[in-house]
Amino acid sequence: MDFDEFTPSRRGVIVGGAVTVAVTTVPAVEAQVPRKQTMAHIEKVAFEVNGKRRELALDTRTTLLDALREHLDLTGTKKGCDHGQCGACTVIVDGRRINSCLTLAVMHEGDSITTIEGLGTPEKLHPMQAAFIRHDGYQCGYCTPGQICSAVSVLDEIRRGIPSHVSASLTDQPQITNFEMRERMSGNICRCGAYSNIAEAMADVAGEKA
Amino acid sequence: MKAFSYERARTPAAAAAAAERTPGAKFIAGGTNLLDLMKLQIETPQHLIDVNGLGIDKIEPTPEGGLRIGALVRNTDLAADMRIRRDYGLLSRALLAGASGQLRNKATTAGNLLQRTRCPYFYDTNQACNKRKPGSGCAAIGGFSRSLGVIGVSDACIATQPSDMAVAMRALDATVETVRPDGTARAIPIADFHRLPGATPHIETALGKGELITAVTLPKPVGGTHVYHKVRDRASYAFALVSVGVIVQKDGSGRVAVGGIAPKPWRVEASEADLPRGAKAVAAGLLAGAKPTHDNQFKLTLVERTLGAVLAEARG
Amino acid sequence: MKFDTPAAKNPIDRLKVVGKATDRIDGPLKTTGLAPYAYERHDKVRNPAYGYVLGSAIAKGKIAAIDLAAAKAMPGVLAIVTADTAGKLEKGQFNTAKLLGGPDIEHYHQAVAVIVAETFEQARAAASLITVNYARATGNFDLAALKDTAVKPVADGPGGKPDTAVGDFEKGFAAAPVKLDALYTTPDQAHAMMEPHATTALWEGDKLTLYTANQMIAWSKGDVAKTLGIAPENVRLDSPYIGGGFGGKLFVRADAILAALGAKASGRPVKLALTRPFMFNNTTHRPATIQRIRIGATKDGKITAIGHEGWSGDLPGGGPETAVNQTRLLYAGADRMTKTRLAVLDLPEGNAMRAPGEAPGLMALEIAMDEMAEKLGIDPIKFRAINDTQVDPEKPERKFSQRQLVKCLELGAEKFGWDKRKGPGSVREGRWLIGMGVGAGIRNNLLMKSGARVRLNQAGIVTVETDMTDIGTGTYTILAQTAAEMMGIPIDKVVVTLGDSDLPASAGSGGQWGANNSTSGVYAACMKLRETVAQRLGFNTTEVDFADGKVHSGNRSIALGEAARTGEIVAEDTIEYGDLDKKYQQSTFAGHFVEVAVDAATGETRIRRMLAVCAAGRILNPKAARSQVIGAMTMGVGAAMIEELAVDKRFGFFVNHDLAGYEVPVHADIPHQEVIFLEEEDPISSPMKAKGVGELGLCGVGAAVANAIYNATGIRVRDYPITLDKYLDRLPPVA
Repeated sequence: MDFDEFTPSRRGVIVGGAVTVAVTTVPAVEAQVPRKQTMAHIEKVAFEVNGKRRELALDTRTTLLDALREHLDLTGTKKGCDHGQCGACTVIVDGRRINSCLTLAVMHEGDSITTIEGLGTPEKLHPMQAAFIRHDGYQCGYCTPGQICSAVSVLDEIRRGIPSHVSASLTDQPQITNFEMRERMSGNICRCGAYSNIAEAMADVAGEKA
Repeated sequence: MKAFSYERARTPAAAAAAAERTPGAKFIAGGTNLLDLMKLQIETPQHLIDVNGLGIDKIEPTPEGGLRIGALVRNTDLAADMRIRRDYGLLSRALLAGASGQLRNKATTAGNLLQRTRCPYFYDTNQACNKRKPGSGCAAIGGFSRSLGVIGVSDACIATQPSDMAVAMRALDATVETVRPDGTARAIPIADFHRLPGATPHIETALGKGELITAVTLPKPVGGTHVYHKVRDRASYAFALVSVGVIVQKDGSGRVAVGGIAPKPWRVEASEADLPRGAKAVAAGLLAGAKPTHDNQFKLTLVERTLGAVLAEARG
Repeated sequence: MKFDTPAAKNPIDRLKVVGKATDRIDGPLKTTGLAPYAYERHDKVRNPAYGYVLGSAIAKGKIAAIDLAAAKAMPGVLAIVTADTAGKLEKGQFNTAKLLGGPDIEHYHQAVAVIVAETFEQARAAASLITVNYARATGNFDLAALKDTAVKPVADGPGGKPDTAVGDFEKGFAAAPVKLDALYTTPDQAHAMMEPHATTALWEGDKLTLYTANQMIAWSKGDVAKTLGIAPENVRLDSPYIGGGFGGKLFVRADAILAALGAKASGRPVKLALTRPFMFNNTTHRPATIQRIRIGATKDGKITAIGHEGWSGDLPGGGPETAVNQTRLLYAGADRMTKTRLAVLDLPEGNAMRAPGEAPGLMALEIAMDEMAEKLGIDPIKFRAINDTQVDPEKPERKFSQRQLVKCLELGAEKFGWDKRKGPGSVREGRWLIGMGVGAGIRNNLLMKSGARVRLNQAGIVTVETDMTDIGTGTYTILAQTAAEMMGIPIDKVVVTLGDSDLPASAGSGGQWGANNSTSGVYAACMKLRETVAQRLGFNTTEVDFADGKVHSGNRSIALGEAARTGEIVAEDTIEYGDLDKKYQQSTFAGHFVEVAVDAATGETRIRRMLAVCAAGRILNPKAARSQVIGAMTMGVGAAMIEELAVDKRFGFFVNHDLAGYEVPVHADIPHQEVIFLEEEDPISSPMKAKGVGELGLCGVGAAVANAIYNATGIRVRDYPITLDKYLDRLPPVA
């Protein structure tokens, strides 16, 4: 049943008091609805993914995550929440880990992006990937690529002297401890609860005892 | 997410001018909050001005002996800067208590100040929210308000400002520098930057249309012991229930700023005179006139107790 | 194969592969990002269109009108399906609410439309242009307010009888010299698995293929067919990799049905994932409970009366959270009763989440046991040991097949340093209050028939095929271990194919029944394969040994692959069970130990140490099994300390519906965790002599955390989650 005319929104939100029966018109979202169709805006962007130059013409709304997954078939980077609340989409851009869901692909002109596929392959695993297998640092596997990208970056961040919330001193070189790794990995949620094993995999790679 | 056009700005003034000129324009830098909200159609820009290429990403000394932090300095880089770590420890600590490593790598200094509330009713477009849709009501009042504001709130809105960084900057008496669309610059004291909701909770800051933050300056270091304690439900990667930042001097004087309880980083300078008398006395002044809900009245106790712990820690 | 007598010695007992800590065979694919999940099937479906779901803005009422014009006019939009245009849809056997609402709305964020467009961005934008006019109706959303309206559930569901009684509880309790009578509450909880519900749907003529994320392939194939009104043989589900389920993917959800409808309407394959903020109210959750526990005991600690009553709510036609069930089995006591009551709520559908019943039930019962031990002045472990039972307390003639609960607790106490535990609120390290807690766990071993097919080729490769799923449990690996053991080959000579409804129907993944039953199905199929191999090689079938990649009989040894020289050998069988689960009570047991530190000023709690000691039959792969247990312990920490779906009782929805609002544990919350498995083989259970551990790990851990917080602070909180606002004002004054 289609309406010819767009029905303007009329809200009857009941706050506080008893809710009986009310008729409310609720648009799916409250944003002003444009009367005319808006065409998608397409922009070109070029960046390097896992060492390979990629040129894409994308709807400006496309996140880096969706560019990787839907346009480049690199589905190792996962969409867990699409809102920066889980870390499954973690990739390494110009040497720094970020949430690829909260950045637009068009903002990455000229950047160098490393995804889980770029770290290693089944035939030639990255040491962190091998350590995750050895220590069973995963279960369902869905958060795993993000965990591994973060784990590689975390060890690098500690070596580069970036302090964390749990560093006892702000000015001393942080150490690779179980506490430091756990705090720094906290942006990667694993609902299967492999945390204890992930910490051990990281310690193994770092050459330290967890 | 509505379709939007996109441009990369070349200079701060050009960015500001473009923002004033283009209907529905917004700046995008880190994007970690804006894109989150755009996906939910809470923010619906028609045009994005990417300011990442403006080069305002340095931390430089000021003639007054302080530091000028470029608007685009990433949270990670700000927290890790040795001058900040050494002389403005409160700021490093507050930054490191926020978000996650990934988000801090992307989020900028200016963007962090402009973070919008995490009120769950603001985030649900089916619910009434005066901040999101002026005049629609506030579903949070009388709803699930455990995480929401206890002071500085109004009958129109009980949202909190979620930034940890802003709490430290408030205690450090930072100044926000901007450029306006006509190319003129201005400096806004951090105390005046975030606005209380009153009847217009959708107006959150002192920024005018098209006005772009270019830097945040810190006065010369004040010394003292810096402690930032963020209390949250889980150990990391969560917004504060309450956060308390203090700078305590050897003579017992100091500064106190609190997060998680108000629509802006909360500081009442007059209450700091009570520091020698202890947390209870300071908290009484800080929280005078608080209007908690049933769900969040524990925050009053929590502020006082956390302040007590923080002062004990600062005094060794 | 019918399993109706206890297992004798069999080929699994050699334990050359089974029982060994083995790396997951799917590890290389999962750690390199190459394992394809439901939304990622570009290996199978090229150029799909994208689906996006619009959910109801109200909890209860009707859609008066829905305006699609603006959305349809958007570029790229291919089709929009609503209840008006979907055709007749049945409700699945396993669904309580419909997966596509309208005109009636049963709960908040019930799907009301699916938009199909060329791109994800277009579909999402178009969804926001649909205007829905609702007639809001009054709903019931407050369990506590409705507790007294709760009724006895109509049928004896799989959760058991609503009312049980042995002896005279009221009399026994009244007469007991030491008594506890306390109320406990647990909140609504979300599965919050990392992979959102997702499906890629493809129609080929009348045949529908769903690449989807689903734990129970056979159930769900049936429910897809029923919902869409098509023949089951025209439905295929494929779920080789599933990004977590925890019960949230036991059933067909909106993603599958709406992808199918969208694909039909658009004439294109459609991929569709539920967005995270939508999942919490659109899908199922673990229902909140109110529980009353009464325990009466003699002064020397012998329980004489034990009663457990539980209240929960669900949509009309739904079921209860069976939180009282474990109390029928866990402790002795002559006079006993349980009671389950169900209220009607208009919140989203309540349903199974990991260890349904036991998880919230033990969160309450094991606090009650701690409280009772304190009243009696008896150590909580000793109190539990005094009241151990080796028989079903309701039917003393029915023994437990194995029950090592006391050993779990006593060994755990020794390993954990339980003797260093002091009285409540008496250990302080600087500003931290330190405490230890214990909780007992029980979770039953459920027997479900399970089928598998095995193929042997000339290269000596054995391929296992079953519709069984691996939701992170390690199924791929344990099935490979089972086939390798049975056929005398190394694990790298086994290929495992899972999750395809065209393969033999298995037990599926749920109720911690997956491992024992699905490996038993492979065992059965391999027994058949062994027979055929022996025949093909001309051996006397009773005196054949399969080892080292060869088949041995007498002084002859022939490579296994030789048997398939004239063609692949295929064997298929199903394990089915007799009445051994009636004759014996089959359960798994755990002792959970937790040490916490509570900030004396702020009330922040940190877990410092965790140990679980489990007795769960033969452990097929100690590495994967340990992971199941530590994962469950982690979920238990969340349940005890942070997880709660906050109900807006005015508008009837879960307010904190994203992963920032619904907090689950992060790395920083979880210390190194220890797990010990007791030596145990359970020949009553299956030819594998195994049971399950995936849910056991969650059973009792929440209460162990709660009891540790009590031991640290001296403050008892009976309402989960135990957040600091519930005890802050009772902590010691800040200096």
